[in-house]
Amino acid sequence: MSSADTLQAFKRDGRIAIVGASLAGLRAAEALRAEGFTGSLTMIGDEVGEPYDRPPLSKQVLTGWVPAGGTTLPRRRDIDAEWLLGVPADGLDLATNHVHLADGREVPFDRVLISTGVRARPWFVESEADLDGVFVVRTREHADGLQRALAAGPSRVLVIGAGFTGSEIASICRERDIPVTVAELAPAPLVGALGAMIGEVASDMQRAHGVDLRCGVKVTHLEGDAQGHFRRAHFSDGSTIDADVAVVALGGIRNTDWLRDSGLAAGVWGIACDTGCRALTLDGLITDDIFVAGDVARCPNPIYEYRLISLEHWANAVEQAEVAAHNMVSAQADRWPHLTIPTFWSIQFGVNIKSVGVPTFADEVVVTQGSVPDHRFVAAYGYQGRVTAAVSFNNAKWLDHYRQLIETAAPFPPPCPTPDGPADAKPVPVDFPSPQLLAQGATVVVTGHDPSERRVTAAWQHR
Amino acid sequence: MTTTETPDILHQILDYSARADPYPLYAELRKTPVARQEDGSYVISTYRELTGLLHNPHLSSDVRNLSRPMPATEADTTPSFINLDPPDHDRLRRLAMRHFGPPHTPGLVDGMRPDLTAIVNGLIDDFAGKERIDIVDDFAYPFPVTVICHLLGVPREDEPRFHVWVNAIVDSLDYDPKKDPKEKLDNGVQAKEDLRQYLGGLLEQRHGRPGDDLLTRMANDDGPEGRMTDDEIVSTANLLLIAGHETTVNLITNGMLTLLRHPQVLQRLCDEPDLIVRLVEELLRYEPPVHIIPWRAAYSDITVADTTIPKGSQIMLMLASGSRDPDRFDDPDRFDPDRQDNQHLGFGSGIHLCFGGPMARLETQIALNALVRRLDRPRLVADPPPYRPSPVLRGPIHLHIEQS
Ligand SMILES: Cc1cc2nc3c(=O)[nH]c(=O)nc-3n(C[C@H](O)[C@H](O)[C@H](O)COP(=O)(O)OP(=O)(O)OC[C@H]3O[C@@H](n4cnc5c(N)ncnc54)[C@H](O)[C@@H]3O)c2cc1C
Repeated sequence: MSSADTLQAFKRDGRIAIVGASLAGLRAAEALRAEGFTGSLTMIGDEVGEPYDRPPLSKQVLTGWVPAGGTTLPRRRDIDAEWLLGVPADGLDLATNHVHLADGREVPFDRVLISTGVRARPWFVESEADLDGVFVVRTREHADGLQRALAAGPSRVLVIGAGFTGSEIASICRERDIPVTVAELAPAPLVGALGAMIGEVASDMQRAHGVDLRCGVKVTHLEGDAQGHFRRAHFSDGSTIDADVAVVALGGIRNTDWLRDSGLAAGVWGIACDTGCRALTLDGLITDDIFVAGDVARCPNPIYEYRLISLEHWANAVEQAEVAAHNMVSAQADRWPHLTIPTFWSIQFGVNIKSVGVPTFADEVVVTQGSVPDHRFVAAYGYQGRVTAAVSFNNAKWLDHYRQLIETAAPFPPPCPTPDGPADAKPVPVDFPSPQLLAQGATVVVTGHDPSERRVTAAWQHR
Repeated sequence: MTTTETPDILHQILDYSARADPYPLYAELRKTPVARQEDGSYVISTYRELTGLLHNPHLSSDVRNLSRPMPATEADTTPSFINLDPPDHDRLRRLAMRHFGPPHTPGLVDGMRPDLTAIVNGLIDDFAGKERIDIVDDFAYPFPVTVICHLLGVPREDEPRFHVWVNAIVDSLDYDPKKDPKEKLDNGVQAKEDLRQYLGGLLEQRHGRPGDDLLTRMANDDGPEGRMTDDEIVSTANLLLIAGHETTVNLITNGMLTLLRHPQVLQRLCDEPDLIVRLVEELLRYEPPVHIIPWRAAYSDITVADTTIPKGSQIMLMLASGSRDPDRFDDPDRFDPDRQDNQHLGFGSGIHLCFGGPMARLETQIALNALVRRLDRPRLVADPPPYRPSPVLRGPIHLHIEQS
């Protein structure tokens, strides 16, 4: 049988399993059907219920505007799949092509897509994490619990960690007129993702909206009352604060533990893959039948020197899912590379923040358009004299232009003036905090060249 | 080669004889995506280059950045935001949007649905007993004019007065000193002045008065960013009145013409009224009301498709050509309401994306759905119909139809 015949037979009645039934998993399943795959499709997910969207969980759901159950992902087509929900996968056998489930079941496959994403990093002391009133936000259930706690009118909310999620939650608290303290170990909010200059803007925004912002301090201890309800937090500088709700927003942990013995290049930064979303083994070999997409993938990008990049971006999950699905049912010559420039958005304190490119892949940053004090501007990031990223505050319509600058490795700082250029547009060092802090706030991490690198140690240290 | 001199094609397009069907000329023009003209201006005609420029912060909308002044500048008056760059553009547009759309006034356009439907039905009721109907004069013109008057707070009875001014202004948009009488330009300048005077007069009476119309709301705005000056309000009202007038007329008329040329689509729309949403998007691609942005200015040197356009150059954006670019749209000369991924340039793109787009969409959706439902086997009297002079805001001057 020719390889074309084999592919046709596989498309007709092959077996595909998708592990992780959320954004990337669902979109890949839909794309597989759209590509004409008519074989059996098994969706494996440890959450119960329909796949849903996460960005609203720290935004519209917490204002109470959208119920936590109301973010179900729209279906673009019927995927005719067998759904195995509520049980996690706990192993992958590459020798026999089976997914093992925690309840002992085994799911055989010809090809598998891994899209197990990220989970919230919990508070480091389990007994304190279990106190009533202590939350993380990754799932629908988390957001529902936090929404109720906010609706109950807490005397104060403590947000631990001022990355995007923490900052968004602080913003919602202010919108709901709830007193809020934000604790961040780095010198400012969002520095891990966007650097010191933007961090300063973020600090201004928070303070102007009445956030009690405390940077450069560590929360050391969460104290509960006799009923097991969180009441007070202790800081590394000896101070304390009374609050009834604590939101732990210390970033995510990639769901790769279940692959520990699989032989895949899976680690704290995710699973290494090629631009075609094919997983790599620990030896750096490309697998033929194992694909990866979404937050759990770690993918090279030529624009960023082929370094492996880990993203926690909605659009990336969608695009990778489509590329992975296409490649799962295509011959070598028809395969697509995933080379899109990353984009990310956030809404906080009435400001629409959007980025394109990889801001952490930069040594300098310069404001190119608009006015920083007015919180309406675009800043470009540069690495060794070329543009590698841009971020906009309430100015997103320009970002397509910066995407082009990134794609063409345009010189940094951009030389030509614009009508709305600030008078003193001088590049400044981008100034990211140490790698340890970086990993907590950033939604995109540049992880190095070596796909099987396991020396990278968990970046998180408790605060 | 991206830069060659192709003045012939552009002049053919601008010539009235091309009005009924400029599309083959656009195809010709697209062979040179960035075409330098004899007078040093640049004509851009391909989708990729157009969208790139529309998102390029070095492209200025302010004529004061042209190295050679335009024949008809507004230098002595306050430009409206369509002719300004950030930050002034952004501030004025934001202050106007406060009263028109989200986030501060989210329900306005949709809330006008019943009114729009009533106006449309009233106009169609008046067709009764007429053998021959002019879709322009009897319908597509009075409808949006009534709407924009109501929205702005301009008395509908004054229409005969400002109709003359608006016509003169639109006429002067493509003034060419080489071939047009100076009078055409002077009329436009005078009409602008008259319209400003008129709107200024209306505005004076609105200060301190309650009211829901845009003029009154802009005059009494007490938002966090403060209020526009009276000059700025007049400029904004001026812009909205002209744009609300001249573009939707063409969109609706082009829509009816296109449907009459595609009877199967017309029949489908009768059976599936929901098709109208995608159909209007396709119309905006296929027969848009605005064909050309006649000038923008290079604020600094801009490189497009390997051509460097020097600072101060005039740039002409051929939007309607971009929306028919085969490199972007499959089978672009086919009218296909089922088209997917239809990111047309009918409303432009970037920060100057049509302010009234949501209103124009809704007006056209309601208008076309009502027309196809209530007309009885309509037939075109002449195809092509006679066109207005303007190559910029292009559309029939009359569209006569007969029904059974
Ligand atoms: C609160 C919040 C706000 C966000 N806001 C934005 C934003 O504004 N902009 C933006 O670009 N991005 C945002 N994101 C990120 C975006 O939601 C993610 O990029 C996206 O969800 C990634 O999709 P995914 O399918 O790869 O992973 P996930 O959505 O994490 O899905 C992975 C799924 O796999 C399941 N799973 C894990 N392990 C196993 C296992 N062993 N067996 C079976 N199933 C398993 C998980 O339970 C989960 O259902 C936000 C995320 C959160 C949490």
